[in-house]
Amino acid sequence: MSDPERLLEVRDLRVCFQTEGGVVKAVGGVSFDVDRGEVVAIVGESGSGKSVTAMTLMGLTRSANASFQGSARFEGTELIAAREDQLRRIRGARIAMIFQDPMSSLNPVQRVGEQIVEQIRVHDHAISKRAAGERAITLMARVGIPQARERARSYPHEFSGGMRQRAMIAMALSCSPSLLIADEPTTALDVTIQAQIISELKQLCEETGAAVILVSHDLGVVADIADRVLVMYGGRIVEQATLDELFYDPQHPYTWGLLGSIARLDRDRTQRLPAIAGMPPSLVNPPEGCHFRPRCPHAFERCTQVPGLDSRLAQGSGHLDRCWLSPEQKRKLRSVEGVIGLASDETVIA
Amino acid sequence: MGRFVVRRVASTIGVLIAISIFTFLIFQAIPNGDPALRLAGRTATQTQIEAIRHTWGFDKPIYIQYLRTMEKIFDGSVVSYNQGFNVEEEIRRDLPVTASLALGAGFIWLALGIVFGALSAWRAGRWLDRGLTVLSMIGVSMPVFFLGAVLAYYVGDKWGVLPPGDYVKLTEDPWGWLEHLVMPWFALSVLFIGVYSRVLRSTILDNINDDYVRTARAKGLSERQVMIRHVLRNSLIPIISLWGLDFASVIGGGAILTESVFNLHGVGQYAAQSVQALDIPSVLVITMFGAFTVVLLSAIVDVVYAALDPRIRL
Ligand SMILES: Nc1ncnc2c1ncn2[C@@H]1O[C@H](COP(=O)(O)OP(=O)(O)OP(=O)(O)O)[C@@H](O)[C@H]1O
Ligand code: SF4
Ligand SMILES: [Mg+2]
Repeated sequence: MSDPERLLEVRDLRVCFQTEGGVVKAVGGVSFDVDRGEVVAIVGESGSGKSVTAMTLMGLTRSANASFQGSARFEGTELIAAREDQLRRIRGARIAMIFQDPMSSLNPVQRVGEQIVEQIRVHDHAISKRAAGERAITLMARVGIPQARERARSYPHEFSGGMRQRAMIAMALSCSPSLLIADEPTTALDVTIQAQIISELKQLCEETGAAVILVSHDLGVVADIADRVLVMYGGRIVEQATLDELFYDPQHPYTWGLLGSIARLDRDRTQRLPAIAGMPPSLVNPPEGCHFRPRCPHAFERCTQVPGLDSRLAQGSGHLDRCWLSPEQKRKLRSVEGVIGLASDETVIA
Repeated sequence: MGRFVVRRVASTIGVLIAISIFTFLIFQAIPNGDPALRLAGRTATQTQIEAIRHTWGFDKPIYIQYLRTMEKIFDGSVVSYNQGFNVEEEIRRDLPVTASLALGAGFIWLALGIVFGALSAWRAGRWLDRGLTVLSMIGVSMPVFFLGAVLAYYVGDKWGVLPPGDYVKLTEDPWGWLEHLVMPWFALSVLFIGVYSRVLRSTILDNINDDYVRTARAKGLSERQVMIRHVLRNSLIPIISLWGLDFASVIGGGAILTESVFNLHGVGQYAAQSVQALDIPSVLVITMFGAFTVVLLSAIVDVVYAALDPRIRL
């Protein structure tokens, strides 16, 4: 609490949505920290609650059918219980967000430059329109948009996908936020520019000192820039580790599956391990105990109780996981043909 | 833009020719449509009728008759069969009445349609929205002749709050002009207000879940700014183009019922009378005038649309 390096402290965050099909427990008790300047990745498959977690921090999931528990302290403000006008001063100014689809995320009938100017002027009432316009152009040039002065007058549909996402990044960084939330920022883009955008994002955040929460379903994308990784499954964090720990000593069987399904250039198609078999868990009626149990080839009796997110490797280590297996068992089980992956009955390596 | 103008002018000419031929032919096919009989009067002899037929050119082949009528329309000398008035002068006399009706009503229905639609969307599902929904249903299903007649009777005749009908020139008596038009404006607007507020409500509710609205919130804009600058700005685009077309049809004679109920001598009423009298020249001119207004205004609508939505190219 008193650590000055600590930027964000999320504790037991829970988010439920009342729907016709029942109560969706989208986020079921998530705790993590983000330090200043740190890049934290949240990975997990579709529906695991990554976006809901990220958007809840900015209050963007608030609606009549949503309910929240737990806390998220950011620079001394409690975000979950914050009033709308308090949040509004934080949004865009202290925490900025960029989204998956840069085409639909920009207003189609407003010039790109104007959209950045709007962002600057919501939080800086003193700045003139002209000065804000100049800043917008500088920012656009800085994120690598060529001929920024002319391009500021263009509309989003006149930009390519990569340029639109750069414009979103320029807008997000325009008020020098201390936290940038990027929700699948490259998923909608061409593979060729994905890596480029990610490394530019990393560089810009290093320059501005902004911390990043990078949401992705692709471990390959986060591998380049994340300091730490949170693996989410069924609304819970199932593993939390530094990037190296996660890649070289993964503890949770679900993480093994994720690692096994990363495309690797040094292996051809037939040798790749299959993606994890089975369906993501229901969030209305989640499986009892470990959420991964129905898909886990190593499940045993104890798994009907919920495993805590604990440090099981060494006392006090920051590497946490939610699996009842012992570290020795894990070491033995996770290797398939010398590669880390989730072995199962269906695992066939040609 | 240049290509757009050329294309529009060409299609306007095409539409006008097609409409005039079509209207002309319809009147040839109508039973009892022989204008010579009516021009000659009840007591005319066969020779008189023949003479009229000859002087008016009704004995010529139909395409000659058509071409001659068109020629007269374009040099402005076309006269009606019934009273022998110059048709274009008649229209020029009636147009200010219709324009006054259309401009006032158009403004009212656009403004109230936007206000009610926006309120309804903003309060979607709450009592205000439900109330407005019921009101707009009533508005949409209320026939103008009924609403107009009720208004004219109670507000006009019985309570004497407003004059029940007739037109007063704006240049002669501005206050009288306003007084005489308030009820017609209202009667004509009710249907459109109902339609526009429904259309706007559903457009807003469609747009409100769009990604750029989420971006606008994430920027720290207030809910009001998000709604006005982003949601409403995008949702008004279809409403504006709808308005252009409805306005055109009212100017082009589409307000017949309102004009009749309030005894406004406008283009619509002139059209109704001409059709009743099977007066081909008048009907032709009015139809072509109406078509021309619609085509012209829809071209303007397209230009405005392209200005409002940069994704549209002319
Ligand atoms: N407003 C809402 N109302 C009801 N359910 C919701 C709502 N928002 C999200 N959910 C549900 O919460 C769950 C988690 O969604 P979330 O968007 O966080 O997943 P995600 O991990 O980001 O997946 P993806 O990779 O598909 O983006 C999903 O099952 C989703 O259907
Ligand atoms: S707790 Fe049990 S079911 Fe869950 S991942 Fe570990 S072994 Fe598999
Ligand atoms: Mg998501």
